[in-house]
Amino acid sequence: MTAWHWLALAAAALAALAAVAALRRRARRTARGRRFFRHPAAAPGLVVLAFVVTTALAAPGLAPYPPRAQLDIVRLADQPPSLRHPLGTDLYSRDVWSRLVYGARVSLGVGALAMLVAVTLGAAVGAAAGYFRRWPDALLMRVVDVGLALPRIFVLLVAVALWGHVTLGPLVLLIGLTGWFPTSRLVRAEVLSVRERDFVAAARALGAGPARIILRHVLPNAAAPIIVSAALGIGNVMLLEAGLSFLGLGVPPPMPSWGNMIADGWPKMAVAPWAALAPGLAISLVVTALNTVGDALRDALDPRAESA
Amino acid sequence: MAAWLLRRLAAALAIVFAVLTLAFCAIHLAPGTPFVSPQDRGMDPAIVARLERLYGLDRPLPVQYAKYLVAVLHGELGESFALRRPVADALAEALPNTLLLAGAALLLDFGLGLALGVYQAARARRAGDVVLGNAALFVHSVPTFWLGLLLLLVFAQRLHWFPVGGTHDPVLCRSVASLRCALDRGWHLALPALTLGVVGAAGTARYQRAALLEVLGQEFVRTARAKGLSERRVLLVHALRNALLPFITLGGLALPFLLTGAVLVETVFAWPGMGRLAVTAIFQRDYPVVIAAAAAASVLVVLGSLAADVLYAVADPRIRAPGA
Repeated sequence: MTAWHWLALAAAALAALAAVAALRRRARRTARGRRFFRHPAAAPGLVVLAFVVTTALAAPGLAPYPPRAQLDIVRLADQPPSLRHPLGTDLYSRDVWSRLVYGARVSLGVGALAMLVAVTLGAAVGAAAGYFRRWPDALLMRVVDVGLALPRIFVLLVAVALWGHVTLGPLVLLIGLTGWFPTSRLVRAEVLSVRERDFVAAARALGAGPARIILRHVLPNAAAPIIVSAALGIGNVMLLEAGLSFLGLGVPPPMPSWGNMIADGWPKMAVAPWAALAPGLAISLVVTALNTVGDALRDALDPRAESA
Repeated sequence: MAAWLLRRLAAALAIVFAVLTLAFCAIHLAPGTPFVSPQDRGMDPAIVARLERLYGLDRPLPVQYAKYLVAVLHGELGESFALRRPVADALAEALPNTLLLAGAALLLDFGLGLALGVYQAARARRAGDVVLGNAALFVHSVPTFWLGLLLLLVFAQRLHWFPVGGTHDPVLCRSVASLRCALDRGWHLALPALTLGVVGAAGTARYQRAALLEVLGQEFVRTARAKGLSERRVLLVHALRNALLPFITLGGLALPFLLTGAVLVETVFAWPGMGRLAVTAIFQRDYPVVIAAAAAASVLVVLGSLAADVLYAVADPRIRAPGA
């Protein structure tokens, strides 16, 4: 790690701070924005997220070594943190900091994309069940009952292990497809109350079809719980990905993810604990930030459910 | 109440049946067979065919499914491919270990969570509450298995205060025969239960604090205070009783969390429970064990939510409504 990399890191931190400060200034103009930032941990949480996203995007400029490069397996394996390797090296002599920075891309990407799949599907199913009621509702909610009765990690383990090695795309899809059940319940409950409002009746009287009513009138008014559950869900997916990778069934190995970095560091925990400590801390920090931002979003979007 | 309970029981049975069917289909539709994984195809086809005939895997899928269902209804879960013993035996051996771990973790989860939640609600928005609240949020966001690794590193490998894994000392204590052996079990249980319990307690404390604060804003609390009762009595007797309802829901919800956590924590601590049995069986493509473990996990989850609903109806007369 050269002075140039440290400088780039400081720039990334400053960029994150500046972005959140700008956002805060702009948020002051609306009541929602003010409610969001009234949550004591909202601003620090956002700074952490902005910083991690910046480092993930700027990974090539921040990582001194290629993330998969085994530098010198004889002399440089399991090195403690030093100026050259700020977080040490792992058992294959790879630079832990470089892997951490590139791993952020994978872990955050998997979390965000899988959550997108889950929320889209959950919103669609919940909206359909809540809007049409009767048999579609009964059928869909029974499916959801079954989905909720299965521990999610179990389904994923079975799917991944039996289908052999799963690449990143299908993995994201699988995590998303097993995560939409709680969202669909939330959305259904919200839609059930929104569909009785006058503006929906007005839209129906004007001749709008169900698809248009759901997309244009019902869902935008049921958005608050969807957004909050998405923010809280990304953290959950990141923990899940870490668990799967830890068991050797998540992100396929040479590619760094925070989960499989812990898995790699585990056997050498007694000799080189930094290799497993750094990614674990990174996950904990990001998930904490996501949870606080989710809490603050709930305060901002849904003033009825005062939480903190 | 009786009709409602019957309906709920029927629904629970239907869910377990659906899970069983789903697991059966998913497993048999996956590429490869128990004896040939998608990666290696080097085995002699004649041997594979003989093995498949031996375990009835050469029959059409609907026939296999029907045979399996009939067997399950007779209480037969089949024979494990890898362990060469009845699946029911393997489950019966692993289940108590998982229940012990989950039970201890749940106790810690609720005990610690309740204490923290009450303390935080009593000092809401003051320094103690804010510090504990942020700490709880962080602990709740830590990957459970990573926390387990950390505790293992510090308290087992470095300090030697606790054993590194297993449920008991295999040489000194083969069964719980004496007080010393019971203590030995507890000693082995401490770290895994702590790992699962602390992460759960952080979440429980957040719920409990919110529930208590909501109750503290109600009229009868003001009445109790106006009567001149001490703040301690108001909090612990009047408010807390009414803020305990979410605990029942949390108890039902905690089961899936504990089972999920158990899969990973059991792996970290070499704890021979359901989670480890399932993970091993999945890697060995041991179909009967995988299906049975999935069904057993869903039975536990469904029973948990059913028990929560029943307790809720018993505890809160307001929601003893039909069709709930």
